[in-house]
Amino acid sequence: MEVLGILIPVSLGLGLLGLLGFWWTLKKGMYDDPEGDSRRILRDDYDDHPKS
Amino acid sequence: MTDTLHAPSVSACPACVAGDAAIDRAARAPLPDARLVLSVPGAHCAACIATIERDLEAMKGIQSVRLNLTMKRLSVQADAGIEPGALIERLSRLGYDAHELDPGTLSMTETDRQGRDLLMRLGVAGFAMMNIMLLSVAVWSGAADATRDLFHLISALIAIPTVAFSGQPFFRSAAKSMRAGRLGMDVPISLALVLTVAISLYETLQSGKHAYFEAAVMLTFFLLAGRYLDYRARAAARSAAQELAALEVPRAIRLDGDGREATVPVAELAVGDLVLVRPGGRVPVDGVVTKGQSEIDRSLLTGETLPAFAGEGSVLSAGEVNLTGPLTVRVTAAGRDSSLHRMADLVANAEAARTKYTTLAERAALAYAPTIPILSLGAFFAWMYISGGDLRLSVNIAIATLIITCPCALGLAVPAVVTAASGKLFRKGLLIKDGTALERLAEVDTVVFDKTGTLTLGAPVPTNLEDHPEPAASAALALAEASSHPLAMALAGALRARGLRPEKLEALQEVPGYGVEGRWQGQLVRLGRAGWVGAEPVASTAAYLVIADERRAFTFTDQLRPGAGALVAALKREGKAVWLISGDVPAAVADMATRLGIADWQAEALPEDKAAKIASLHEAGHKVLMVGDGLNDTVALSAAHVSISPASALDAARAASDMVLLGRDISLIEDALRVARLSTRRIRENFWQSGLYNAIFVPVALVGWCTPLFAAAVMSLSSITVSLNALRLK
Repeated sequence: MEVLGILIPVSLGLGLLGLLGFWWTLKKGMYDDPEGDSRRILRDDYDDHPKS
Repeated sequence: MTDTLHAPSVSACPACVAGDAAIDRAARAPLPDARLVLSVPGAHCAACIATIERDLEAMKGIQSVRLNLTMKRLSVQADAGIEPGALIERLSRLGYDAHELDPGTLSMTETDRQGRDLLMRLGVAGFAMMNIMLLSVAVWSGAADATRDLFHLISALIAIPTVAFSGQPFFRSAAKSMRAGRLGMDVPISLALVLTVAISLYETLQSGKHAYFEAAVMLTFFLLAGRYLDYRARAAARSAAQELAALEVPRAIRLDGDGREATVPVAELAVGDLVLVRPGGRVPVDGVVTKGQSEIDRSLLTGETLPAFAGEGSVLSAGEVNLTGPLTVRVTAAGRDSSLHRMADLVANAEAARTKYTTLAERAALAYAPTIPILSLGAFFAWMYISGGDLRLSVNIAIATLIITCPCALGLAVPAVVTAASGKLFRKGLLIKDGTALERLAEVDTVVFDKTGTLTLGAPVPTNLEDHPEPAASAALALAEASSHPLAMALAGALRARGLRPEKLEALQEVPGYGVEGRWQGQLVRLGRAGWVGAEPVASTAAYLVIADERRAFTFTDQLRPGAGALVAALKREGKAVWLISGDVPAAVADMATRLGIADWQAEALPEDKAAKIASLHEAGHKVLMVGDGLNDTVALSAAHVSISPASALDAARAASDMVLLGRDISLIEDALRVARLSTRRIRENFWQSGLYNAIFVPVALVGWCTPLFAAAVMSLSSITVSLNALRLK
């Protein structure tokens, strides 16, 4: 049962990490144009010089 | 001409009849770097993104271009002086229709912030739900005693801040409705969230077997998902009005005493002021012409297709478009008294008269909201009696009932369907401004159309080009190219398309209000009004040509909007009554009605007549869909049960209508009606589904068999089936 002492903080930490990641993507406006982004990935214009 | 050299980018738009005015504007008021936002309804694929972005980025003065495919919106960062007209022209050469949107960035970021705020709360609830679920699964699969208590405690640690943060939208709205003395849906929701967490915490501290933390967080998550979808539909509704607002700047050129021109806001004009209206400009006020001759396009106000002559003494109304020559206008009515303002009053009256529509969701909430607290209170008292006063058991059963009855699926039932439906229609090119419009559209049994600009494109097309010999047509081409009159431009375009070259003419000049004249092989040639060239007027719209003594008429017809015929046929097939009500002359309206097979039509209708017709149809028990684009339609649009206007409509008309057709094809309305009927059916199905689920599982909770696992399973099952049902919308 001692393993719980590690596993619980780890699972909570991973959850928190996920939440932070979500927060970051939200701030970066990554949900503003889901449709366009899914098509944009097919363009090769910016393979070498990504456009922000 | 020096202005042109300073600002070449402005006049990059050859069709821009307001070229000179635009240059003046740009030169006089240097703007900071402009952020332009355009709506491009036709964009739909990766190639569209590439074509549009590459082409515009190559344009001079453009810094960056980004096409948002989800919103079908193009954001352009450009140097000062780049006019949206130039971009729209360039896009149309690429084959995309575009409309300028009002970059009222303030309001746009405002709604954006609200959306992100909701999304953040949704995200927090989602991640908290996952983590608590991990712990809960351990408990459900048999963790006991100290381990169970520890897991419950950790769950509480996650759940309490999550509900406190993510539940805020519900708490706030519940508080608001309590203050107003109403029992909205959010009151039982908030009650359920707070009580569930409180009782679960108590149970945890007492080493109880059951804690409902995951249920509380899950409830928050699903309800927030519904709320977010609902918000998105509403935000689209709110911004659409702002978005499609004010294409023309509410400014006028005032001539001051010493002949100086000053650009002033229309609101500052007073009766007696002199105002200059350039060719291509909109008349800003009601007034009388004191100087100049021109032709006036009244189609947006009255639906007349033929331009009217305007000379000294002619009375103009605000909203008309000046076509050929500059006019000086003495203001007779401004602000409150102008005809535009009177129209706005009529619109306000019509809107007030329109009975408030109660949506399906409101009706369901009204019936359902009180049953939630009543049921769980009932369960509490019943179990107090049965168990002989076991408070803890009774409270637990009451909480389980509260969770089961809480309208998770109900909260998703409407927004999920509306989101699916409006997304579907938006991809086709129909913007839904009002969330309840789909429900209202489903009830429609009568469709009223305006003619000019709605069933037609409002652009004339020559009909009898082959009747004229080549030399005459070539001379006409040369004359037509010298004018920016809509008939002349249409004629020139059509003749060019036939491969004709213009003849060489001398002394070419435009006589504002009458036409164009010149000398060809020593003879006087004129293209213009019948009286001016000395021709017998023909019945239809026409431009007249005279060469020496030979007179010819080029006749025109207003081109039908693509899909108009198919739409009317489809509507009639479905048994809907179709009306054509126009302000145009009877002959033109009758012609259009026979072409489309519409039996019921009315011509020379004033704005009040249109609204009265719709009111009388309503009184006869019909639900009317009004489709119109002009200022003369706005009253009718706001009086109708539901209304649609094309994107080319005047902003007042777009603001008054519930939906906006972004593309040119009008047959989409047929699709919209079908999708509206389907989505109303789906909403009803969803209500039945959540009702059924309650009918089955509430008794289970009432008899006390509802464990936290059971509650979680049932809750997610119902929410998912409701969402899937919404996605079934084809």
